[in-house]
Amino acid sequence: MKLVIAYIRPEALQSVKAALTEAQVHRVSVTNALGCGAQKGYSKSYRGAVNEINLLKKVRVEIAINDDFEQATIDAICGAAKTGNIGDGKIFVMPLERCIRIRTGEEGDDAIG
Amino acid sequence: MREQVKAAKRINILKLRSLLPTLTLIPLFAVWPEVAEAKEPGAEEIRFWLNNVWVLLAAFLVFVMHLGFAALESGLTRSKNTVNILFKNVTIVAIGLLTYACVGFNLMYPGEASAGGWFGFAGFWINAPANGMTAAYADGKYTYWTDFIFQGMFAATAATIVSGAVAERAKLSSFLVFSTVLVALVYPVVGMWHWGGGWLSAAGFHDFAGSTIVHSVGGWAALAGVMVIGPRHGKYVGDTVKPIIGHNVPLAAIGVFLLWFGWYGFNGGSVLSAEPGAISLVVVTTSLAAAAGVLAASVMSRIVQKKVDLTMALNGALAGLVGVTAGADVLTPFQAVIVGAIAGVFVLLAVIGIDRIKLDDPVGAISVHLICGIWGTLAVGIFAADKSFLTQLKGVGMTAVFVFSVSFGVFWLLKKTVGVRVSEEEELRGLDIEEHGMESYGGFQIFTLN
Repeated sequence: MKLVIAYIRPEALQSVKAALTEAQVHRVSVTNALGCGAQKGYSKSYRGAVNEINLLKKVRVEIAINDDFEQATIDAICGAAKTGNIGDGKIFVMPLERCIRIRTGEEGDDAIG
Repeated sequence: MREQVKAAKRINILKLRSLLPTLTLIPLFAVWPEVAEAKEPGAEEIRFWLNNVWVLLAAFLVFVMHLGFAALESGLTRSKNTVNILFKNVTIVAIGLLTYACVGFNLMYPGEASAGGWFGFAGFWINAPANGMTAAYADGKYTYWTDFIFQGMFAATAATIVSGAVAERAKLSSFLVFSTVLVALVYPVVGMWHWGGGWLSAAGFHDFAGSTIVHSVGGWAALAGVMVIGPRHGKYVGDTVKPIIGHNVPLAAIGVFLLWFGWYGFNGGSVLSAEPGAISLVVVTTSLAAAAGVLAASVMSRIVQKKVDLTMALNGALAGLVGVTAGADVLTPFQAVIVGAIAGVFVLLAVIGIDRIKLDDPVGAISVHLICGIWGTLAVGIFAADKSFLTQLKGVGMTAVFVFSVSFGVFWLLKKTVGVRVSEEEELRGLDIEEHGMESYGGFQIFTLN
């Protein structure tokens, strides 16, 4: 079992969600996130004064998957979130020790699927 | 002891103060004795003052409608475009008033020379005629300046209707160019046909406060804009309609209440005097039609959508108001209820139907202002005994041909030259950051779902 955490552009969320559904990955959690990287941020103005925004709005997508879905999930996210510009985001994959479905008490692969 | 002295001083000051007005009057008596016996204003003059104050007050109420439009349009769109829509709302009022002063007022009311005609122009900029400030100007109803400001507030409302329909993807600069053309040239020409004494009024057409002249003018322009600009990204995927949910329903509700409030000036002021019978009837028909619109749209919403949709009830109020605007002075209160209720049914069917044919109108402006504007104008021909249905239809048709073709042409030209919509990337990120470099809700984290 793997836990995939992806940070993507907020405006890419809809297409990423659609691509994941296409790849038979239906269970995702999404949260708002602020982050900074090579993109450096953007500037906005307020009452004439320029304000540098360094922490950019990103969306954090968490997906717990069985091992055989790992590459499909990564491909789906990369395909949908990529614009080719700096700031497209990153994907982290880590091993997942346990997974329990609260309603039934199932564990492991059954609980994820 | 000290207290007593203080009290005595206070009394002296009071006495002096009470004497002051009398003292200042002494020289007046001495120099201009006729001031003391200034003649009482006659009944005619009092009537002139009251009429003028009422029409001015109505103008201020119409101004409040712009606040209503701003609240409604920003509430029904996404938070990433709020700065943009508010910017459009405030600049349209400014452009509307300035262009109306420059050319609009003199295009719409060119005077006797073009009576019965199609087009007339009385020259640039507003200038009060010699009798402009007297009862002689308009039969003791209002002064020249009151006339201008009341009509000027109306003019800007027609362009505001378009801003909601093309929200969230129209390019700001192109939209402002279009609005200027609409409010400076298109609206006043149509207005002249009827209210300026042109061919429509000669034909016996009746549109009391502008179901056609204001609302469907805005509605036709909105339709042309939506057709040229195209739907928002992600609204129509294949054959399915994906709802794009407005970010603040309470704000939309406040907007509708404000519009309803402002409508008492829009319709009530269109009597153009404070004649008690006329303004009270108009206010009653206006209220009843709005109420009937709310209930009809709610019932329809329950039947069609299975649950009662608040935004449909809100649209129902506006539908009833737009519907009754053409005949608010000639309909009976009961007829107003029927007109409002049918408008409420129409607006719900139109919102759903217009989405089906893939015309993306985020706030339902075409359904409310165009469909119900047409219905209201035709309803006068149906219900009022001395009005002809065919004449009403002719007015609706000619407005459609003129406004739609000019609007479509201007939008098309803009599309071919500078472009009418923002890039897809800009649309996804939101127009606030891309067009204005600002955010509307700084410090809040808002989920950008679509």
